[in-house]
Amino acid sequence: MDNNEFFRQIVFRIGPIEVTTTMLYSLVVSAILIGLASVVHVLMARRLSDWQVAAEFLIEHLEAIMRDMSAGDPRPYTPLVVTLALFIGVANLLGLLPGMRAPTADLSTTAALAVVVFLAVPFYGIRARGLAGYLRHYLKPSPLLLPVEVITEFSRTLALAVRLFGNVMSEELVIAVLLSMAGLLVPVPMMMLVVLTGIVQAYIFSVLTVVYLSAAVRAEKAPS
Amino acid sequence: MDKHTIFVLVAMLLAALTTTLGSIGPAIGQSRAIISALDAIARQPDASDRISRALFVGLAMIESLAIYCLVIALIILFANPFSKFFTP
Repeated sequence: MDNNEFFRQIVFRIGPIEVTTTMLYSLVVSAILIGLASVVHVLMARRLSDWQVAAEFLIEHLEAIMRDMSAGDPRPYTPLVVTLALFIGVANLLGLLPGMRAPTADLSTTAALAVVVFLAVPFYGIRARGLAGYLRHYLKPSPLLLPVEVITEFSRTLALAVRLFGNVMSEELVIAVLLSMAGLLVPVPMMMLVVLTGIVQAYIFSVLTVVYLSAAVRAEKAPS
Repeated sequence: MDKHTIFVLVAMLLAALTTTLGSIGPAIGQSRAIISALDAIARQPDASDRISRALFVGLAMIESLAIYCLVIALIILFANPFSKFFTP
C-alpha cells in the first residue's frame, strides 16, 4: 500500500522528517515561479522586454477575470489569488514531465492550499469591515442559520481540497493505468486532456477563492 | 470462500457501484447546466463571457460530487479502515 500511485513516496529522511516526492516537486514549482519572476524583475530594470510584456499580459488578464467575478475592487487580494493560480497551474502541468508527479496529486498539498484560503477569508473580511462587522454576517439573514454558516465554512474548504486532489490524482491514475495496459503512445490524448483540466482546475480554485473572499469583504452570501 | 475473499469481492463491487452511480447524477446535472448556458449564450451572445464564467464555477461545484464518490471508492479499495479485520 505504501508504494501505491496515490500514496506518498519517501525520497530520503532528514532526522525525523520524511522528505516525500510531493515536497520536492512543490519546491521545484516554487523554484520555477521564483526563477521566472526574478528573470522578469532583472530584465525590467533595463528596458521593455518581451518577458515583461508577457508577465504583464498574464497578470492583467488574471486581474480582469477577478474584477468580473468579485464585482468589487480585487486589488487587496490580487497577490494571494494570482500566486495560488500560478502555483496550482504550474504544479498540475508538472505531472506531465516524465518521472515527475504533480504535487497537487497529494491530498496534503491541496489541503494546505485550502487551509490558506480558509484563513484568508476571515483575514480579509476583518480587515475590510472590522471584527464586529465580519462576525455580524454570520447572523444574517437569521441567527438560526448560524450553525449552517459555520458548517459551510468548513465544508467548502474540504470541497476545495478534495476537488483539486481528486481531479489531478484521477488524471494521473488514468494515465498510469493506460500506460500499464497499452503501449507508449496510447496515453497521449489523455495527457492533452491533462493540460486542459490542469489549467481549468487552477482557474476554478482561484475563482472560488475570489468568490469567497469578495463575499467576506462585502458580507453577502457565497455559494458553498 | 473465506472471509477475506468475500470482503474483497464486496469492496470491489461497492467501489464500482459508487463510481457508477456517483457519476450518473453529476452527468445529468452538468448536462442540464450546459444546456441552459448554451441557450442563454444563443439568446445573448454579448453576455457569453459572464455566462461561461458562471457555468465553469457551477460545473466545478457539480463535478466535486463525482470526485467525492471517486475518493470514497478509492478509500473502499485501498485505504479501507476495516480491512484489518479481514486479512488472513
